[in-house]
Amino acid sequence: MIMRQRTGLIALAAVTAIVLSWVFVRPVASATDPSVAKYIVGDEKSGYVYLDAQTRAMEDDDISNPGFLWVDKGKTLWNTVDGSAGKSCAACHGAAESSMKGLAATYPKIDPHSGKLIDIEQRINQERTQRMGAAPFKWESQELLALTAYVKLQSRGLPVNVATGGPAHQYWLAGKQYYETRRGQLNMSCAQCHVEYAGQHLRADTLSQGQINGFPAYRLKWQTIGSVQRRFRSCNVKIRAQPLPYGSPEYVALELYIASRGQGLPIETPAVRK
Amino acid sequence: MSPAIAAPTAAQPALVKYAVVNGGIPVSLTGVPGDPARGKAVVLDRKLGNCAACHRIPLDAPFQGSLGPDLSGVAARLSVPQLRLRIVDADAINPATIMPAYYRVAGINDVAAAFRGKPILDAEQVEDVVSYLATLR
Ligand code: HEC
Ligand code: HEC
Repeated sequence: MIMRQRTGLIALAAVTAIVLSWVFVRPVASATDPSVAKYIVGDEKSGYVYLDAQTRAMEDDDISNPGFLWVDKGKTLWNTVDGSAGKSCAACHGAAESSMKGLAATYPKIDPHSGKLIDIEQRINQERTQRMGAAPFKWESQELLALTAYVKLQSRGLPVNVATGGPAHQYWLAGKQYYETRRGQLNMSCAQCHVEYAGQHLRADTLSQGQINGFPAYRLKWQTIGSVQRRFRSCNVKIRAQPLPYGSPEYVALELYIASRGQGLPIETPAVRK
Repeated sequence: MSPAIAAPTAAQPALVKYAVVNGGIPVSLTGVPGDPARGKAVVLDRKLGNCAACHRIPLDAPFQGSLGPDLSGVAARLSVPQLRLRIVDADAINPATIMPAYYRVAGINDVAAAFRGKPILDAEQVEDVVSYLATLR
């Protein structure tokens, strides 16, 4: 019932936002605008800061924010028994509001068992396979997006806090190198668009710093929520570069590097983007 | 940084060889002048030049970008050979530029399969763009 009402509201809000974004060309907030101040930390700016007021308003209201469709589904999954161990997430972790608070803000992180860097999606699937005896969710499946959004929501407002030293350092370096390397037929690097030209207009888009504190994020263009790695793949496709497979070590390392660029920015999941 | 002669490599069989002289490519890649009307279409086409993604151009195109300089009057600033090198291989002028090399396939990494080994524009399209730019005085 509540779900159905929300879907209607969201469809209306989505259409309105798209129409408005055509009418008002590039209404970018100034960095001194108090309505965006919460997503600016020092020189770091979340993608929120580069959005028009309508899209920001859509994100800010949990009822109109379409990402909450997935959050709601994630909450159900949290409490659903699955796998041979006959357990749900809640069976071991209790209420996510307390047990998951702040956790996702520290990912990607070194997994102490394998010594490898893993992101929050991989960690969720590790819980499923190793503790629940359940099959891992596929990347970009509704289930994995929903549970990731729900777990990350428990860190909303808390600062990104990833470790880049010690065993994580080699991954951080690899991510930095990926970020700074030009690639694709258009031969561009992530850094050229998101560091050198952040704030400039690339046709109708305002280039943001490409921060990832809001992922999984609902994108109006996608009409769905998407993972951070889906966003990486879209940017690679745009410059006619070979996108990497979901969950590839290069992309996880890239997540760590970008998260560290936005260290201290508040988690914003589920963000709304154009 | 910019080689006097673009070294033809095995990976670049289909590309016309050209010589860089004084910061420009003096000879047309096709041997004949381009067509400015076709060039204008290539400049606007989002799958070809897509130049307005980054540049302001004195044309009726919505949402022009701000990454590169305004191209109004560019032919008064740059000669035709200079314009040609800028389109063919902007890296030869500024190795750190974000502007794509429109007629180069060597030394570019991780290209998606559908575009591998192919330049963004063919020689004729490059000449058409150059002849259009030459009208921007
Ligand atoms: C041709 C320019 C360009 C390049 C190169 C590029 N991007 Fe983007 N990127 C964009 C545009 C345009 C957007 C949408 C507007 C924005 O947030 O900047 C975007 C958005 C993003 C976002 C979403 C930010 C948010 O707050 O929603 C992330 C993350 C991102 N890019 C990462 C990357 C990474 C990683 C690379 C390299 C693999 C990359 N980008 C390369 C143009 C580019
Ligand atoms: C991704 C961005 C981008 C695209 C796409 C792009 N350019 Fe550029 N262009 C630039 C930038 C940035 C410069 C400034 C100098 C530099 O960085 O090398 C430039 C410089 C130029 C110049 C020299 C201008 C001057 O006053 O010196 C010309 C001419 C030019 N571009 C033409 C074009 C044409 C024609 C196209 C399409 C076929 C195009 N550009 C596509 C980014 C771009």
